Amino acid sequence: MGIYVIRVPDIGEGIAEVELVSWHVQVGDSISEDQHLADVMTDKATVEVPSPMHGKVLSLGGSPGQVMAVGAELVRLEVEGEGNLKENSAPAPASQAQAATVSVATTAPAAPAVPAAPAAAPKAAPARASAAAPRAPAALRKEGERPLASPAVRRRALDMGIDLRRVHGSGPAGRIEHHDLDAFAAGGGQVQGVGGSQYVERHGEEQIPVIGLRRKIAQKMQEAKRRIPHFSYVEEVDVTELEQLRQQLNKIHGATRGKLTLLPFLARAMVLALRDFPQINARFDDDAGVVTRYEGVHLGIAAQTDAGLMVPVLRHAESLDLWQCAAGIARLADGAKTGKLGRDELSGSSITLTSLGALGGLVSTPVINHPEVAIVGVNRMVERPMLRGGQVVARQLMNLSSSFDHRVVDGMDAAQFIQAIRALLETPALLFVE
Amino acid sequence: MKELTTKLLIIGGGPGGYVAGIRAGQLGIPTMLVEGASLGGTCLNIGCIPSKALIHAAEEFDRARHQAAGSQLGIRVSDPQIDIAQTVRWKDGIVTRLTGGVGALLRKAGVQVHKGWAEIEDGKTVIVKPPEGEPLRVRCEHLLLATGSTPVELPSMPFGGAIWSSTDALSPDAIPKRLVVVGAGYIGLELGMAYRKLGVEVTVVEALQRVLPTYDEELTQPVLQALQKSGIVLHLGCSVQGWDAEHGVHVRNDARAEEFALPADRVLVAVGRRPHTTGFGLESLQLDMAGRHVAIDAHCRTSMRNVWAIGDVTGEPMLAHRAMAQGECVAEQIAGKNRRFEPMAIPAVCFTDPEVVVVGKTPGEARAAGIDCIDAAFPFAANGRAMTLEAAGGFVRVVARQDNHLILGWQAVGRGVSELAAAFGQSIEMGARLEDVGHTIHAHPTLGEAVQEAALRALGQALHI
Repeated sequence: MGIYVIRVPDIGEGIAEVELVSWHVQVGDSISEDQHLADVMTDKATVEVPSPMHGKVLSLGGSPGQVMAVGAELVRLEVEGEGNLKENSAPAPASQAQAATVSVATTAPAAPAVPAAPAAAPKAAPARASAAAPRAPAALRKEGERPLASPAVRRRALDMGIDLRRVHGSGPAGRIEHHDLDAFAAGGGQVQGVGGSQYVERHGEEQIPVIGLRRKIAQKMQEAKRRIPHFSYVEEVDVTELEQLRQQLNKIHGATRGKLTLLPFLARAMVLALRDFPQINARFDDDAGVVTRYEGVHLGIAAQTDAGLMVPVLRHAESLDLWQCAAGIARLADGAKTGKLGRDELSGSSITLTSLGALGGLVSTPVINHPEVAIVGVNRMVERPMLRGGQVVARQLMNLSSSFDHRVVDGMDAAQFIQAIRALLETPALLFVE
Repeated sequence: MKELTTKLLIIGGGPGGYVAGIRAGQLGIPTMLVEGASLGGTCLNIGCIPSKALIHAAEEFDRARHQAAGSQLGIRVSDPQIDIAQTVRWKDGIVTRLTGGVGALLRKAGVQVHKGWAEIEDGKTVIVKPPEGEPLRVRCEHLLLATGSTPVELPSMPFGGAIWSSTDALSPDAIPKRLVVVGAGYIGLELGMAYRKLGVEVTVVEALQRVLPTYDEELTQPVLQALQKSGIVLHLGCSVQGWDAEHGVHVRNDARAEEFALPADRVLVAVGRRPHTTGFGLESLQLDMAGRHVAIDAHCRTSMRNVWAIGDVTGEPMLAHRAMAQGECVAEQIAGKNRRFEPMAIPAVCFTDPEVVVVGKTPGEARAAGIDCIDAAFPFAANGRAMTLEAAGGFVRVVARQDNHLILGWQAVGRGVSELAAAFGQSIEMGARLEDVGHTIHAHPTLGEAVQEAALRALGQALHI
């Protein structure tokens, strides 16, 4: 019998640390080669860590939410024959692993994306500790189960006209104590026998640790807003003709090529407009002081998932026709929801398009997907009365709300860029003229 | 006819009725109580108290006989005798003292007690017929039915003569040579075992296949062993057909389809108790019934406004302590308080030797209710105090929820375990968890240590096993 230590794998691309998302094994489990051990997350990709050996799990190196350095001990296995650990040293405690995280992160070559991470690592533990604090409600009563309270508390409740089923029990096993009754009565609970129960003050609070994707989102958003002086520009676009074209195309080709939404047209309009505004299709490395402009348009598509916001990337949008573009967007949105996207599909965008569809509202102030320099937001399309040649006519109107990095994009350029998109969308034939 | 008016009229002076009366009096409610026989009801006169007195006397006698036969304690006694007439006088003395005490308590609380049998005219009017003199009509705002229960009679063996009810068995004129007990419930076994200890040849006939069929089998096993060891003959799965003085009790074994006779000088019929609902005009109220007993809600209200019912007349469990708690509950409601009868558990004790106590849910009941539970037992064989009492049989068992260790039930079997009912009931009513009992210091050396150890064992931390 030997001890085999599985370490946090190097996922590549200079990643120095990962966040442990979840365990798929427990201490004491017998596992086989290639069995799924854990999920770890880098940037925005979640990676499965397989076991390289058969064996029995002796210890786990961390708990979900913990940021671990590449090379830190992940799982300790008891294996047949010789392991990879000679001396029978104790598993590294979690704090040691965290210390390693910090040192690795700080000594790592100064990659622009990393600096926020070391601060996050020590924070992980306190966040979890507070979640486990006794303030969290004890075992909740099931439907129809009797509230737990001593005879004296029950009698007082009857005397006060309080239904104990409405009282929070802070005692062991959720038992309602005298002070719970006092708190309930003090909160106006006593009058609720007469009136309704909807207007009772509620005193519960719940602490949700910000871990996993949510932490990544929080870091990115904070980074973007802290570093980038945003300015937003809103313009109204008459999409009546575009909408007619879209419906016409769907009528003719919908059955064979798939239905088109407005997004592929917007993507096409952006591709064309960006040819004249290369400074907007760019990434700004502000630490190095370099703006990188791209010939290709790698279009980030903001997508809502159950876990939170993700921005998968439609690579080389300039090379796709309307239907290829539509298929690409559909595949990315689906992949983001099911977590099936690879790392290259989750990074490297040069500009982002964000749309909430029918929920788009009138105006939005999108946050730039750092280190990009521009983001185009789509608002709701709505039929409105417009004056055309002195006549009131019904037109389909839609706002575009866009934000730009004012350090590298001037207001005039941004306005002209949006006007170019508007011109293309209002005269959709231009979309197909090279 | 003389007419009286009161706020509360209680029919029946048993544990339910007299407690309701005392509490109502304390709360300043004008209260009258009607009792036809003696205050204290079945419990004090012909039930709990006299049976425990007789059981105690029988145990003392048995111990003396045991010592006469050569005790391992080294005590030697020669040829003990029992004067059963004196035993009965002693028992009656206790009963008189207690019933007199009840009368004094009611007087102190300002309750008017009327001796006589009640006849209900309507939900607010009752005629009281005293043993002698004019009947009187009592009008009340609230009527409380606390009429109790009576022993069930077998049609083939009506009470009287050689056929005893439990009442007769508690006041024997002489000790019979051979006693057949019909029914192996708690009354039959308590009295059957007591008579066995008085030197009587006792045979128990039970229709079901087990003794104490309402308790779980693990719990009754030590009782069954004690019955067999004491020389009581058991006929399980047998029904009684009748009786004649010459052959005794005619018994039929239903499974084997054979019939035989059990010679007997006396036959104790203990096949249960029936709510006392007839013969006093209760039918005229047309109350909702639940089977044989008066139906009540969680406030002890019947289907008629301001007519309340408590105790055995409201069905199982027919236990004095339940009736008392209900009586208090009703009196306080009449005084305008908000009360419900919703105990977490009602303890049940069987004073056989060994005794059996059940409080709350058994493991079977908890699982049947869909609760994920753990249970653990600690045997008295590992309890020092039990050994010093020559009572190392039996065990204490605890049932708790798996998720939060909330204690759901206690069961115990063993000598003297009836006193543990207090600790059991309290832990359940207080919502104790296994840890609460397990981490309470229990005095050494006592039987109560087995309570703590059972809780610890459920937690996987028992120390003495």
